[in-house]
Amino acid sequence: MKAETNLQTILAKGGFAVTCEYNPPCGTDIDSILESASHLKGKVHAINVSDNATARVMMSSWALSKLLLDLGIDPILQMVTRDRNRIALQSDLLGASAMGIQNVLCLTGDHTTTGDHPEAKKVFDIDSVQWIAAVKQIRDQGTLMNGRKIMGDPSFFIGAVANPFVKSLGLHILRLQKKVAAGAEFVQTQPVLDMLSFKEWLNLVVENGLADQCPIIAGVVALKSVAMAQHLRNNVPGMMIPDAILDRLGAVGEAQQLNEGIKICVENIKILKETKGVNGVHIMAIRCEEKLPEIIEQAGLLP
Amino acid sequence: MIVGEHKPIRELLSMVHGYDNILMVGCKGCVTVCNAGGKKEVAILAAALRIARRKQGKPVTIDEVTLDRQCEPEFILGLEEQINKNNYDAIVSLACSIGPQYIAEAFDTMVVFPGLNTNFMGGTLEHGIWGEYCSACGNCGIHNFGGLCPVTRCAKGLLNGPCGASVDGKCEVSKDLDCIWEHIYVRMKNLGQLDRLSRVVGAKDWSKSRSGGPRKIIREDLTL
Repeated sequence: MKAETNLQTILAKGGFAVTCEYNPPCGTDIDSILESASHLKGKVHAINVSDNATARVMMSSWALSKLLLDLGIDPILQMVTRDRNRIALQSDLLGASAMGIQNVLCLTGDHTTTGDHPEAKKVFDIDSVQWIAAVKQIRDQGTLMNGRKIMGDPSFFIGAVANPFVKSLGLHILRLQKKVAAGAEFVQTQPVLDMLSFKEWLNLVVENGLADQCPIIAGVVALKSVAMAQHLRNNVPGMMIPDAILDRLGAVGEAQQLNEGIKICVENIKILKETKGVNGVHIMAIRCEEKLPEIIEQAGLLP
Repeated sequence: MIVGEHKPIRELLSMVHGYDNILMVGCKGCVTVCNAGGKKEVAILAAALRIARRKQGKPVTIDEVTLDRQCEPEFILGLEEQINKNNYDAIVSLACSIGPQYIAEAFDTMVVFPGLNTNFMGGTLEHGIWGEYCSACGNCGIHNFGGLCPVTRCAKGLLNGPCGASVDGKCEVSKDLDCIWEHIYVRMKNLGQLDRLSRVVGAKDWSKSRSGGPRKIIREDLTL
């Protein structure tokens, strides 16, 4: 058995996990991302690297994950099932393991038509639940999805995502149950901006015994501006931004909106940290990642 | 049925550019039912093309015929006499794409154009509105989903429940599209089968679908 990942260790200890997220660049220039991420070393337990988020082409998730690993940062490799069939997914997973990447967050991914290549052929050979089951099988049984034995003994820490801000909670909890049953070992949520709805969801998660089986890392977001908030609300599937948040951001001058966004983010982190059933936060500072150290410090999350 | 719609006139015009003696062939099957390629649509499209070509100063002769079905070779062969007699330089088929392919295979030297875009297998939702219901995956399992097909009717073909973008019961692809998982959930609740819905459904075998290559069915009891 390989050593546990940083994220695995903090969650196993019952500590409060702090993660954040980077989109790889649309291009080959990685200097600014690596510079920005280097300031997070020792301040976060792991960094998510998205996989062609919102179906837009970016550098491959494993490549930036490996570069973060080289910086001494624990990466969370996001893998969506939208673009690769089971052959390609398994192949990339084995490659990621060989490079030392062990945290794998399994998602289905936004639909191709919502992205920047809407003409592309969608794949969706398998869904995120099936992919979670496959990663677990590869790790625990040492076999591929077809039963073929693999060489080596890879170690993965398997994550899933959930959107608490849905109308049909019962139906969506059912899907989350399947993710946990299939092998998810941590769950990361969409950004929490509506605390009441989040707590309603969390209660159901606890009632259904899911919180005991699987740590919950609540998403939070630092909104840069009203314009950014509106863009996210209108263009990112599943992103819920309440009017009250837009009003609050809009009530301050444009130059102050980033600070207000950070303030909201920090407030939410503090509430979530005291919320029973929440085992960590996943901070998304979209296009203001350089503010992450400040957010973490203000939220009192520095080790 | 197979649902199609005729190509835009502009596209049809550019397709038949340079052809002056055309046979337009309709089909009395599915495409008549979905008002895309029956006798009536042949008459309308042929008239539209004649008028447009006359305006261009390049008049075209278009004969009209509508077959019982274009997905049966024997009906296609029924065109032979008419084709030989009239010396057409092109045929436009208003059937689903099976029709123009059968015509191409039956008449080696004949130029064939598809007059329709073949869209999907589906049914009538309301008068003038059709929806997709089946992807012909070759391995039907809709009884596991309350009788509704997530392979086709979920934009991502998810077999284990809705994606996180289905926040208000609508699909992320279009707000006009219900999330089929909401309907599956209600159906299975009504049927008292929610326990079945909570089981993890394994990866689907796509080899029976188009992923396995062009398919063929051979019924030994029927072959001659």
